[in-house]
Amino acid sequence: MSEASHNYLSAKKGLWSWLATTDHKRIGIMYAIACGTFFLLGGILATFVRTELGTPGETILDQDGYNQIFTLHGVVMVFLVIIPAIPGILGNFVLPIQIGAKDVAFPRLNLASWYLFMAGALMAVFGWLFVGNVDTGWTFYTPYSSGASNAVLWLTSAVFVAGFASIFTGLNFIVTVHKMRAPGMTWNRLPLFVWAIYATGIVQVLATPVIGITMVLLFLEKLMQIGIFDPALGGDPVLFQHFFWFYSHPAVYIMILPAMGIISDLMGTFSRQQVSGYTFIALSSVAIAFLGFLVWGHHMFVSGQSALSSIIFSMLTFLIGIPTGIKVFNWVATMYKGSVWLRTPMIYALMFLFLFTIGGLTGIMVGVLAVDVHLHDTYFVVAHFHYVMMGGALIGLIGGLHYWWPKMTGRMYNETAGIIAAVLIFIGFNLTFFTQFFLGSRGMPRRYHDYTELLENFPEFAALNMASTIGSYILGIGLLMILVYALYSLFKGPKAPANPWGACTLEWTHTGPLPDEHNFHETPLVTRGPYDFHLADDVFGPKEEN
Amino acid sequence: MSSAGTTLKHYFVNHEQQFDAAKLGMWLFLVTEILLFSGMFVAYAVYRSWHPEVFAQASELLDWRLGALNTVVLLASSFTVALSIHFVQKGENDKVVVLLLMTLLCAAIFMVVKYFEYSGKFSHGVFPGAGFEPHGIVDGKDYSKYDIPFAPQFFSIYFVMTGIHGVHVLVGMGLFGWLITRVARGHFSPQWYTPVELTGLYWHLVDIIWIFLFPLLYLI
Repeated sequence: MSEASHNYLSAKKGLWSWLATTDHKRIGIMYAIACGTFFLLGGILATFVRTELGTPGETILDQDGYNQIFTLHGVVMVFLVIIPAIPGILGNFVLPIQIGAKDVAFPRLNLASWYLFMAGALMAVFGWLFVGNVDTGWTFYTPYSSGASNAVLWLTSAVFVAGFASIFTGLNFIVTVHKMRAPGMTWNRLPLFVWAIYATGIVQVLATPVIGITMVLLFLEKLMQIGIFDPALGGDPVLFQHFFWFYSHPAVYIMILPAMGIISDLMGTFSRQQVSGYTFIALSSVAIAFLGFLVWGHHMFVSGQSALSSIIFSMLTFLIGIPTGIKVFNWVATMYKGSVWLRTPMIYALMFLFLFTIGGLTGIMVGVLAVDVHLHDTYFVVAHFHYVMMGGALIGLIGGLHYWWPKMTGRMYNETAGIIAAVLIFIGFNLTFFTQFFLGSRGMPRRYHDYTELLENFPEFAALNMASTIGSYILGIGLLMILVYALYSLFKGPKAPANPWGACTLEWTHTGPLPDEHNFHETPLVTRGPYDFHLADDVFGPKEEN
Repeated sequence: MSSAGTTLKHYFVNHEQQFDAAKLGMWLFLVTEILLFSGMFVAYAVYRSWHPEVFAQASELLDWRLGALNTVVLLASSFTVALSIHFVQKGENDKVVVLLLMTLLCAAIFMVVKYFEYSGKFSHGVFPGAGFEPHGIVDGKDYSKYDIPFAPQFFSIYFVMTGIHGVHVLVGMGLFGWLITRVARGHFSPQWYTPVELTGLYWHLVDIIWIFLFPLLYLI
């Protein structure tokens, strides 16, 4: 392949040129490989969980095995996939180019964050494989965690270390957005993806240190019995829950805000129209980031916090619906009278709209005090957060990866295969998790490996669980299909043009099919907004059909 | 590549942008540090509000004179750091080396005092958490009388907070040692002194956290 043009992939060769790179684009690719691997691992664990629950009685896992598998599924998916993936992969690859910068503000810190992330991941896997069993759930509640094996020490350290990776990424992006914008790239010309990553950065910087210190205290609790959280030593387990959720609720917005940013960009590009309510979408990201710090108590309605706190937390939880609703309505309005182009990324954007809205609205349902007492710790909650985390965050990520794939790899993927996989994922996902709303509302508790005894009163649990398991297999096939055609595209796919979607943001208009090592030959001068499609034909040329 | 004068990284437009970015990044890092400590301050506040009398009594075992000495030492070191930034801006690098050495010395004194405080506690069975078994008589105080419920929590919080603070002091000492060698080799100039300024910011944070730890743990 004797390409005359040099690009970020051909600039340097060899493994070391990747492992020692400070190029934000290469670091993004390294995050993609890492997160993709962990997603596969987490997905395999999920299949074990669903297979066990597909039929009543012990199918493939005993009680202890089941507890460990769902714990690890949660830890891997939350801390090693959903939290780092979008900022790590797409934030790194796209954000600096979108604002016209040559790199992030601190490239070496950026590389360090990848190594910290990998160190955390390896510690988690090492602890799980070689040290002992962890069956605490991903939340590490005391006294489960203070009573579990020493592998808890490894997992808490892993979360601490990976947390710093997340902090460094967020810090880097905040400074980059503040200080590295190209001339003319004013705040109201930032692509909405940049706004979303910026808001995410605020949450990463402000919330993650709290989980850091919580994990340190939990570590010391286990190592030296310091008695802060462990009730057996006079500590307070509810205090642990406060500490944990003070991070882990905002962390939900670390997961979903970047996905919302992707959807905003997709809606504009594939409706070929100004994103409706640009300012409102941008600022609602920031509003969600700040409101997200005030609602952690809604995870603890039945943990013994005072009724007054519960009422206040419940009310604040409803407020989150406002900025979220602003976004959803504006996305719909963007399509109105637009020229909607149904390519794979847009299919995922529409899927997000549907699934995330279900996830968000059921979130408000479980934020209602009386309803939550009934639904707490049932499959309703499991379904709700999978609709948000998978249906929202991961579907957004997959849509974004399809959108930016040509820019990252220089290749196109098979559009038909993309649409078939998307349809399989949509059907599989809903079959898996919509059934769980029924299961949960009828009282099927979460974290049980067996429900034989419940069948006497609830015979429908058998069919619903079977349907959910079949759905998870369909979902798995859809996801594996992406892996197959992505790998095919990587080696055999047709060469991508510089701007296959006719998009307006700088990464499409001002770089070649693959960006240069330093992104731009000359720093761009920005004279228009990110979605000025009304200028399209005279400024960018007509969109290229392929 | 990065000797004095040619320190502009290729992805920045000018030195001003590079300096502003570094400084904003440092401030954000300091915010994360404050939040890291805030978790421990919350734990302190919660346990103190539940058991105020235990905390008041347990804090008698801490020697306020040693705490006050360390407060003075740290405040002095903040002063010398501030002066070192002043002189690096004026290009008087001889004075910068002396001032940074004085800062390093203050930090070392702080750690030595802390060492004697810790070893004094350990020798009388005052350990964090489960190992808490106070015994012996010091300065007329019978330590065994302090073996009361929730006194272990006070000392857990004391050791965790001052321990993590101490780690920050050690990191600061490492940074000052590194800075001194660089200043001595003439790496900094009035045009470029970012590491001195940023380390100074960090050191002020370490100082101000102690300013809160001292009264909360030793005095009230």
